[in-house]
Amino acid sequence: MEKIFQKLSLASATLVFVLLVGIFLTLYSAAKPAIDEFGLGFITNPEWNKEVVVPTAQDTANRAEALNSDDDAITDEDDVMIADEDDEIADEDEMLLDDEDESVTKTIYGGLVPIVGTLLSTLIALVFALPIAMGIAVFLAEIAPKNISNIVGIAIELLAAIPSIIFGMWGLYYFAPIVAGIVGGYQVSLLTAGLVLGVMILPFMAAITRDSMNTTPAVLKESAYALGATKFEVIKDIIFPYSKVGIIGSIILALGRALGETMAVAFLIGSIFVLPKAINDPTISIPVAMANNFGEASGLGESALFYLALILFIISFAVISLAKFYFLKKAK
Amino acid sequence: MPVMNIKKFSFTYPGVDHPSLKSITLPIKKNKITALIGPSGCGKSTLLRSMNRIHDLYPGNKYDGKIELLDLDTGKYQNILEIKKENEFIELRQKVGMIFQKPTPFPMSIFDNVAYGLKIAGIKNKSELKDRVENALKGSALWKEVHDRLDKSAMGLSGGQQQRLCIARAVAVKPEVLLFDEPTSALDPISTGAIEELIVELKKDVSIAIVTHNMQQASRISDYTAFMYLGDLIEYDKTENIFLNPKEKQTEDYITGRFG
Repeated sequence: MEKIFQKLSLASATLVFVLLVGIFLTLYSAAKPAIDEFGLGFITNPEWNKEVVVPTAQDTANRAEALNSDDDAITDEDDVMIADEDDEIADEDEMLLDDEDESVTKTIYGGLVPIVGTLLSTLIALVFALPIAMGIAVFLAEIAPKNISNIVGIAIELLAAIPSIIFGMWGLYYFAPIVAGIVGGYQVSLLTAGLVLGVMILPFMAAITRDSMNTTPAVLKESAYALGATKFEVIKDIIFPYSKVGIIGSIILALGRALGETMAVAFLIGSIFVLPKAINDPTISIPVAMANNFGEASGLGESALFYLALILFIISFAVISLAKFYFLKKAK
Repeated sequence: MPVMNIKKFSFTYPGVDHPSLKSITLPIKKNKITALIGPSGCGKSTLLRSMNRIHDLYPGNKYDGKIELLDLDTGKYQNILEIKKENEFIELRQKVGMIFQKPTPFPMSIFDNVAYGLKIAGIKNKSELKDRVENALKGSALWKEVHDRLDKSAMGLSGGQQQRLCIARAVAVKPEVLLFDEPTSALDPISTGAIEELIVELKKDVSIAIVTHNMQQASRISDYTAFMYLGDLIEYDKTENIFLNPKEKQTEDYITGRFG
């Protein structure tokens, strides 16, 4: 009996590693064609689903001619454009060169836009949510009377339980117009997506931070008060340092959720493959790019989506490892 | 001259009908050690925790009577039960320090622990902080052990060292009174001996009240002893009288180990 139990629990623990490695390998093999095609340049390439002419020796010569005769076409091509327009220009280009000779075109995929969109929307969410979550946690753990703390605590937990699609709809119809009214710019943008993400991770962070603040031993707080500390000093010097581990843990969980959040962001980020020039420009994130494009994707396009998935996997892994590393170092 | 005068002091916890302390009258004499002894639940810790109003972190307590604290500069007594404002509480707790049952090092370096009370009292001058931390650590017989690792976390010290660090932290702000709430109950005999020596040493500079379960400890270090039972002060006298020649039957039963 004892042995069976030990083996079962060992098997369960092993399963975690099998899953982790298995998912990584699946993603890698599906992304392999795109990785072979685009290499690491995928990460820094802002173009997505763009047809380009494969340059041959003769082609290069033609292009030089075309540069002399028709400046506009070339400069247009260099500009960052919305995917559809790019296609048209590529087509024009193709036609322009077509009467000279038979050139080969291919579609290229680059991940820069969704990678930037994911990282920036998560950063905005964190910057927005962290101070508010800390404020809520301090209020619940140290300032509010017990009955009020309990009621607000329940409200926080309910907020955490709202499905993300509801946040998306609410964000699009009610929150985004207000934000756009204040900041200007588009209603669907990096900013509105990031802020709604922030609202979504807020209750997590507040609840976990409150719980870890509540583990500060009463006698430790009393010791500080007994030295003449004020409530603010006790919170700043004793409770925060003591619950640091829990606070970092809450940030890790919140980051994990924000990086992978799809539904709410899909409503709000604008879903276009364009690098944002300002915080209130529309763009796209990795999960949204995958959710929006899997239906039609095939071949290299599908593989490129898996490449994006692999990158998201690595980003999440890296963020969590970094946070863990930081926390381990600090805890020592 | 008593540095504290407890007069007909009664204390009731919130949600409880009967008082936990009933009309206690007791002096805390200057530069002496006063031990509070008695079986569990007798109210000795409650009394100690009323003397710096640390109880008031938790609302709803009811008081009656007076606890007077002598202002060493003016020679006047102030009834600390009348304190309501935060700055008055801070002032009270700077005058009446406290050491707890378990060592309570803060999650910071050894230096910052000892300097903490000084820093929040507004002392910013680096060399003054350094001098006072050094003096407090020397006064707590900890300097030799930690002088080369002041910037290391206080969590790495042993239990006995941590408790001496807490004493250094309390001494650094130069209080008039130090309250010890069973300061050695979590320590081994050698650390206990070091703390006891230290407490006796400290009475040159401060007046001390100590709650202890350990009657040998009370007889070894205290000058006066108060025996409490079920919220009443049964007997208060010089320590030698309490232990050698108690007037009350209950005191005699307790110190001879017949109950408690």
